[in-house]
Amino acid sequence: MASTTGTRKGTLRLDFSSIQWGPTSAAAAIGIFLLFVLVLPVAKVIFVAFQDPSSGAFTLNNFVDFFNASLFRESFVNSFYVSAMSVVFATMIALPLAYFTTRFNFAGSTLIQTLGMIPLIMPPFVGAVAMQLFFGDNGSINLMLDEHFGFTIPFMQGLNGVILVQSVHFFPFILINLSASLQNIDRSMEEAALNLGSSGMRLFRRIVLPLGMPGYIAGASLVFLKVFDDLGTPLLLNVNNMLAPQAYLRISSVGISDPVGYVISVILVLFSLFSMWVSFLAMKGKDYSTVQKGGGGLLKRDLNTLEKTGCYLVIGLILIFVLAPHLALFLLSISTVWSFSPLPDGYTLEHYSTVFTNAHTFITNTLLYAGLAGLIDVVLGTAIAYIVWRTGIWGRKALDFIAMGALAIPGVVLGIGYLRMFYDIEMPFSDVPLATWWGIMVIALAVRRLPYALRACVAALQQVALSLEEAAESLGASKFTTVRRIVVPLMMGGILAGFVTSFATAAVELSATIMLVAKEDDAPLAYGIYVFMQSAAGRGPGAALGIIAVLIVGAGTYLSHLIIERTKRAHGLKK
Amino acid sequence: MKSKKNLFAVSLLSASIGLASMPAMANQSKLTIVTSFPQDLTQVFEDAFEKANPDIDLEVLKKKTSSGIKYIKETASKNQTDLFWASAPDAFEVLKDSSLLQQYEVKASSIPEKIGSFPIHDPEGFYKGFAAAGYGIMWNTRYLKAKKLPAPTGWDDLKKPTYFGHVGMSAPSRSGTTHLTVETILQAEGWDNGWAMLKQMSGNFKSVTERSFGVPDGVNSGNFGLGIVIDFFGLSSQGAGFPVEFIYPQGTALVPANIGIISNAPNRAGAERFIDFLLSDQGQELLLDPKIRRLPVNPEIYAKAPQGFPNPFKDDALKSALHFDLNLSKNRYNLVNSMFDVMITYRMDDLRAATGAIHEAETALAEKPDAEAQALLEQAKALVAKLPISEAEANDPDFAAVFTQKRKKASDNVNGRQAEVEAQWDSFVVANYQQAQSLAEKALSML
Repeated sequence: MASTTGTRKGTLRLDFSSIQWGPTSAAAAIGIFLLFVLVLPVAKVIFVAFQDPSSGAFTLNNFVDFFNASLFRESFVNSFYVSAMSVVFATMIALPLAYFTTRFNFAGSTLIQTLGMIPLIMPPFVGAVAMQLFFGDNGSINLMLDEHFGFTIPFMQGLNGVILVQSVHFFPFILINLSASLQNIDRSMEEAALNLGSSGMRLFRRIVLPLGMPGYIAGASLVFLKVFDDLGTPLLLNVNNMLAPQAYLRISSVGISDPVGYVISVILVLFSLFSMWVSFLAMKGKDYSTVQKGGGGLLKRDLNTLEKTGCYLVIGLILIFVLAPHLALFLLSISTVWSFSPLPDGYTLEHYSTVFTNAHTFITNTLLYAGLAGLIDVVLGTAIAYIVWRTGIWGRKALDFIAMGALAIPGVVLGIGYLRMFYDIEMPFSDVPLATWWGIMVIALAVRRLPYALRACVAALQQVALSLEEAAESLGASKFTTVRRIVVPLMMGGILAGFVTSFATAAVELSATIMLVAKEDDAPLAYGIYVFMQSAAGRGPGAALGIIAVLIVGAGTYLSHLIIERTKRAHGLKK
Repeated sequence: MKSKKNLFAVSLLSASIGLASMPAMANQSKLTIVTSFPQDLTQVFEDAFEKANPDIDLEVLKKKTSSGIKYIKETASKNQTDLFWASAPDAFEVLKDSSLLQQYEVKASSIPEKIGSFPIHDPEGFYKGFAAAGYGIMWNTRYLKAKKLPAPTGWDDLKKPTYFGHVGMSAPSRSGTTHLTVETILQAEGWDNGWAMLKQMSGNFKSVTERSFGVPDGVNSGNFGLGIVIDFFGLSSQGAGFPVEFIYPQGTALVPANIGIISNAPNRAGAERFIDFLLSDQGQELLLDPKIRRLPVNPEIYAKAPQGFPNPFKDDALKSALHFDLNLSKNRYNLVNSMFDVMITYRMDDLRAATGAIHEAETALAEKPDAEAQALLEQAKALVAKLPISEAEANDPDFAAVFTQKRKKASDNVNGRQAEVEAQWDSFVVANYQQAQSLAEKALSML
């Protein structure tokens, strides 16, 4: 933890000199913001979990009911199992991609990094539909297997289906955070190890892996938590025996004022905070930062032809696998009818013209909302990361936990909470209730994505040595200057990673916004896709809109990768 | 605020995407409709209505029926919605009970009082029927051909072992229309037999989908072969070119899809005009659009319908549709949903395993009769069908109140907690399914 390096002289005898006014007021402001947009709305909803439905009095009975029901215990175990297995599979997908692209010199690293982000950019309900088309029991692959070999593979059945879809969907969390981390390792570490005679697996195990750990843990814990509270995928695969679907099914059904749905939400929140705390402990007491910032990133090695071929082969196979849903979606978007056959009956471009004529507001809205949400997230994420890891402000860990807690709030809960909180407040200068103003959707998106940005920023900050700041301050720089000139530039890779993750996932979020959309002019893309996908004739246009979403967010991702590369190079030149 | 936002968005994007049109709307009043209907339906009506009423800007907001009700309830303090437009009459009953609808007398005169045995409009005038909907079975013809399955002719067929693992339905707690199907079967067959039949059918399910549209989607794509759906899902899928068929089985219910004016609607006059438009000849005729395919409530419109289009005022299968008791359905609404979820949705694996074992033993028994094994098998079937509560209990308002408990006054008292009751049911049915499975396996081993 930071030693208190304040330079102000206290006017009182009390040791006020140790209070860092800048960070403290920032912390207070963020705390108040989170209180209004996260804690209170959710508390309004969660309050129900502790209320006796028949008398309105405080009770713990609802929790007793939860633990007495075998269905809920089973759901808890299933959720845990699926989350853990998804982390394992996501790691298997992400590790080679991250390692190869940061470790070796070969063409297309940026492209691969971008393609590797694309799976994240798909609304869950579209992802499951697309996966079914190829991998379903009667999907293309199984139909062909059945026709030619007389057997099928149950890729998508039960919990395994959820694990498959989730790992493919969420592995980019690990990829992006691990890559940012690996790119931040000081290559002199590796050179030193090489000089001392270490190489190959040993070098990887003793140097690369430990130094890349903050990024990996950041990514892996996000995957775990996201899978743990994800609704869309289990629901679309019709798997109900998991916690999040149980909570959602109970809360959103008409007329059921049963508090158990809220109890499950509370349990989701608590468990998420608990696992955050565990990963916090795992990182505690270890120093991953390196003082020097060399050219940045691992030593890049050239590959010989054989190695290169192997590399491309592995990467190619992984990419084909993880991009299969997008290929299926693309085929769907240009197909006339696709029903129980390996490929569509015919092809058409009509769906795209349908979309372009009546869906462009969805696109502009999404870019605006997701862009603003991502921006809010990285600003808050950087500030919170700094406050938590670099200052001794009272309650800083609470700030971290609250911000991370957003991860566990089901979107519907947040949506309902906002309606309850903000509906009766009027938007200044208009007669629109605050809850139905489009800006509220931006805040809802930002709050739900804050944890991604925060984890990325924390990982980045952990790699910046404290001594660099101390050096700056001892040379007379103020705290603010230090943060602006030293900390933030060194964290840039991680911050951009946080922005990209927030932006890309916010662009396809549906659950919170669907509650808050009050007029179609304000609706984002995911809502548009959802609306199209609710009718037989809308499958094609819905898919087309999905592809457009993927292209736009993909372009955004590619752009920010280019910016990362450019900043890196700029920094390299300045040295 | 809006122009500021659009400016921002446009400047962000102007290079890649055409300018968002920002028509300056002078002297126009806004009319907001919350609906669960798909784009294919609403767009047709929006275009036609705005053309006929250029002074009204129609704003269509799509939400699932259940989310829509929640939204209207949550926003009631400063209501901005004029109309609620959805299928399930039950949903309108919920809104009516919460005093969120207002009465209105329609002008159209050519609409009869009843369709089948169901009043088309709410007798108290709080909501109006604009189209009829029946429930039935749709299937994918390619799927059935590839798997060598016969086409079904009625609900009873879906219980047969041939369809094991090929059927899909939505959960009644998730879909108002599915709830009506379940309630129809319970009312047509009686409480005990109805549930027994539902469980036998559900034992053949491949999945219980979360969205009601998940069922036609699954059948259209061939993910499963047959689905239990509301008619227009089947008919519009056909209209969209999918290789599917749809039938009304005997014992379907014919129920109107509805529209109602929300209390304190900001544009009541506009809302009335929309309802009148919907019930006019022009509005009724729009329902025949191939993408919509709903049954008009004005009998005269059927003269313009395409060949083979069902006519509820003439066709025998539909005319004999049973009398649907809306009151009974309303009072046990949440209880029936909860029972279905506890016994079927959440215990699909156990139910499927028991059903599979029973099918196997039954097939073996047909070839090699054996009295003792037959007795075991009957026992197994009875165990699967067994219900945790009787019909009398289910219809007892005090007991059903556990599932709707909403304390309105401090003196209101509710006994029992829903989750507690459900946990008891859950252990009851799981034990029965497991025992049924082992009995059926034992019967099979004796042959």
